[in-house]
Amino acid sequence: MTMTSNAGSDLAAVDMVSVTVDGVTIEVPKGTLAIRAAELLGVEIPRFCDHPLLDPVAACRACLIEVEGMPKPAPACAQVVTDGMSIRTQMSSPVAREAQEGVLEFLLLNHPLDCPVCDKGGECPLQNQAMSVGRPESRFDGEKRVFDKPINVSAEILLDRERCVSCARCTRFADQIAGDPMLELLERGAKQQVGTAADQPFDSYFSGNTVQICPVGALTSAAYRFRARPFDLVSVPTTCEHCASGCSLRTDYRRGTVTRRLAWDDPDVNEEWNCDKGRFAFPYLREGRISSPMVREDGELRPASWPEALDAAARGLAAAGSATGVLVGGRSTVEDAYAYARFTRVVLGSDNIDFRVRESSGEEAVFLAAVIAGSPVTTTYASLEQAPIVLTVALEPEDESPIVFLRLRKAARAGRTRIVSVGAVATKGLAKVRGELISALPGAEAQAIQTLPADIKSALGQPGAIILVGERIAAVSGGPSAVAALAAETGASLAWVPRRAGERSALDAGALAGLLPGGRQLLDPTARTEVAAAWGIDPDELPTGIGLAGEQLLMAAREGRLAALITGGVELADYPDHELAEAAIAGAGFIIALENHHSAITERADVVFPVAVVTEKSGTFLDWEGRPRPFGQVFRDSLAQSDAMVLGMIATTMERRLGVHDVAGIRRELGALGPWGGQRNLAPAYGAWSAPVASAPRDGALLALVAWRALIDAGVMQEGEPFLAATARPVVAAMSARTAASIGNPAAVMVTGPKGSVEVPVQVGEVIDGVVVLPLNSPGCSVYRDLGVRIGDAVSVRAAEAREGGRS
Amino acid sequence: MAELPQAARGFGVTFFTMFKKVVTEQYPEDRDKYPPKPRFHGRHQLNRWADGLEKCIGCELCAWACPADAIFVEGASNSEEERFSPGERYGRVYQINYLRCIFCGLCIEACPTRALTMTNDYELADSSRASLIYEKVDLLGPMLPGMLPAPHPMVPGLTDTDYYAGKVKGSVPAQAAGRPDADVTEATS
Repeated sequence: MTMTSNAGSDLAAVDMVSVTVDGVTIEVPKGTLAIRAAELLGVEIPRFCDHPLLDPVAACRACLIEVEGMPKPAPACAQVVTDGMSIRTQMSSPVAREAQEGVLEFLLLNHPLDCPVCDKGGECPLQNQAMSVGRPESRFDGEKRVFDKPINVSAEILLDRERCVSCARCTRFADQIAGDPMLELLERGAKQQVGTAADQPFDSYFSGNTVQICPVGALTSAAYRFRARPFDLVSVPTTCEHCASGCSLRTDYRRGTVTRRLAWDDPDVNEEWNCDKGRFAFPYLREGRISSPMVREDGELRPASWPEALDAAARGLAAAGSATGVLVGGRSTVEDAYAYARFTRVVLGSDNIDFRVRESSGEEAVFLAAVIAGSPVTTTYASLEQAPIVLTVALEPEDESPIVFLRLRKAARAGRTRIVSVGAVATKGLAKVRGELISALPGAEAQAIQTLPADIKSALGQPGAIILVGERIAAVSGGPSAVAALAAETGASLAWVPRRAGERSALDAGALAGLLPGGRQLLDPTARTEVAAAWGIDPDELPTGIGLAGEQLLMAAREGRLAALITGGVELADYPDHELAEAAIAGAGFIIALENHHSAITERADVVFPVAVVTEKSGTFLDWEGRPRPFGQVFRDSLAQSDAMVLGMIATTMERRLGVHDVAGIRRELGALGPWGGQRNLAPAYGAWSAPVASAPRDGALLALVAWRALIDAGVMQEGEPFLAATARPVVAAMSARTAASIGNPAAVMVTGPKGSVEVPVQVGEVIDGVVVLPLNSPGCSVYRDLGVRIGDAVSVRAAEAREGGRS
Repeated sequence: MAELPQAARGFGVTFFTMFKKVVTEQYPEDRDKYPPKPRFHGRHQLNRWADGLEKCIGCELCAWACPADAIFVEGASNSEEERFSPGERYGRVYQINYLRCIFCGLCIEACPTRALTMTNDYELADSSRASLIYEKVDLLGPMLPGMLPAPHPMVPGLTDTDYYAGKVKGSVPAQAAGRPDADVTEATS
């Protein structure tokens, strides 16, 4: 339980009232609930339904207290204190004590005594409060009510109805916080139970939170069921590595295996929530890992010793010299990204480095360097809640940054914030934040931003207004420029919300061509002097020209202009131009892969180093705010080496000094360097033009493709968790009713691009005409790989022949 | 001269003792003559229900109670195809480390299903550390008459509650259905 943050609110003018709890008088802010006032004095009133982040409901009645002047005991969780009120808790009032004992006895009447097999046993509020304020003996000797158990409310969430005390925490969470009101209390009296509609499972991206807040063991997760007991587990506070929301997590492990992850309490970031991906997608940490270094000999990868692999890597890099490219996947920590950035500049003498394993553009690089890199933490979760208006561009928060979505929903529920999205789809996520859509065809977002309605433009001029731009803006020519210009024109603060946890980390660490750590420009003389001094080299030793990035880097590799490539956590299939990425790998003379799982790159790499996953190293992620999210090492006895350590060893083998020894050292160095305080480059000012249209075979309607990655999809870090995968949203092609009618209202369509087709069911939704929406990388529908198109390209869509099944 | 009678007295003790009844119990030759007391805390045993299903539900309360941290348990879900115990949960891994166990019996008190009891077996010496970590197969009680080795379904028509109420008296042929190899221990005696 936590107190919610009141950061950003106006602390000056708070009316205080005086309340007496058990004879002790204190001043509390007006509107405080009696249960919180008692907490302030250290008096713990038993409770099940009360949760500081949910609206009071007084459903469980466990918190009954005596209020002077009231004829009957009142629930403390719903009783707002008034000036001069005197309340007596179980500590001083026999009436309250007896009322609480009575309620607990009632709650336990039908509660099964299966604590030994219950996942909650050992950390159960019902157990604890039955011991602390309950009656020692039950007087009930009848038959307990039994239900069939467990039932699946979703693939991941199991419900044991007989354990439920009808506190309505889960239903209130689903309704208020997540906006997925599929859980509801059904029936009445003794038969009251939580349930879902028969045809509508609780498929929410946030369903795991209900397991965590359930005060009894009624809701459990299929992944953790019977895996361990709470007293076996060692808990370590960590940071989620799945997206740039930067959730605090609690990682629980037993004997070297992570058994579960819970949302940890951080009022400034994730409050007490997280998404199901962060909660359940961790089997990849253990399964299918590369266990030893490998080198390629006669075309075959074979395990090798560390010295042998380091020698091979050092020889290859020495031969390649500065004609080397470095691809840092967007999942690295600040420390690792810093090591890559420094290794590239100091050891390789090159500036060919990029962290964007996704759609990227030169315009985006200029935008990031000028506006985002090294910028201070000004736009935060708290400021989202206070903003009069939030404009989202090329961003679907529910899928791409779920905690941002939760905050937007909280802000919208409070009624203060107007949320506007520029895009082609009014998604369900947008409806949940009560947002409005500014229609823009894919690729034409820039024009839409330039021609925003006057009321939105003036709203953006209000203090506290925020523009959130997603990483998909890179697919829009002129998009980053238009967003930067809008922010400059209106004075709204601008934040970039990438998808991956390591994108902002890598950007601020300088893992992008032309950028040094802290948002310094490579070609700025002062910046060069500062960085060179920190790195103990002469400024002239830094590369003198901006290197290759993005697809130019891949093209150079394809054409054989790069003699070597270093990759760290790169999934080739994440590049929009799959063939170019493959050709780049084939064309590069020598490839060093720092990976923890085998992938398309390790199949071609000449040297493979196994590197640590997040549980085996400490580090820092920067979330989308730019807020450092440091985390410690979970498995302290792990021998796995972080990327930074491996790079350090390669440098040592090459008899070069990288000067990167440990996480603490890197943090010290980065702290001393600090963010760039000097002149910033101008934001890009590219003109907007319509996106190029790919040549698609013309045997159907040509529709513009909109696609983004669903939160739960075919991502490699979600492997090994079938229950989670089963809660993914269905793979559908969404289009407007008129568009569907124009191709004959088919049940399913065949979507065809230059490379191939996918057959997917049609879902009619609020999509602008002439657009089809697909998940970017879901099972059975990988836009880049299967269709060979990019976001915004035209695809041919025709009715699929009735059920001949599958992808062609 | 004064020492001589004292030495003789000492040898005398030895001499006369040779004709007294011997109190030494010969081990291992005569071990069956001197069984331990019935409540002696010896090696543990994991008991079965009368039809052969395991009583252990993998709840780990024994491990929690253990002051020496000698017990390691991992639970898992029973399925309709593979059922080891009545109810939803069974102990998939059960280990007792006899290098750590102090035979205090707190685990026995903690066990909610009386799956874990102690036998009188005290012969626990061995030559390696690994062999003194007893696995579930080493700890499970013997197959008594009427028992069918797990996994198999519960007695048709009965629930786990009936098992706990002691209504199961032995396996029935339906539990061995689909398992021609299953060998029900003959209910003799």
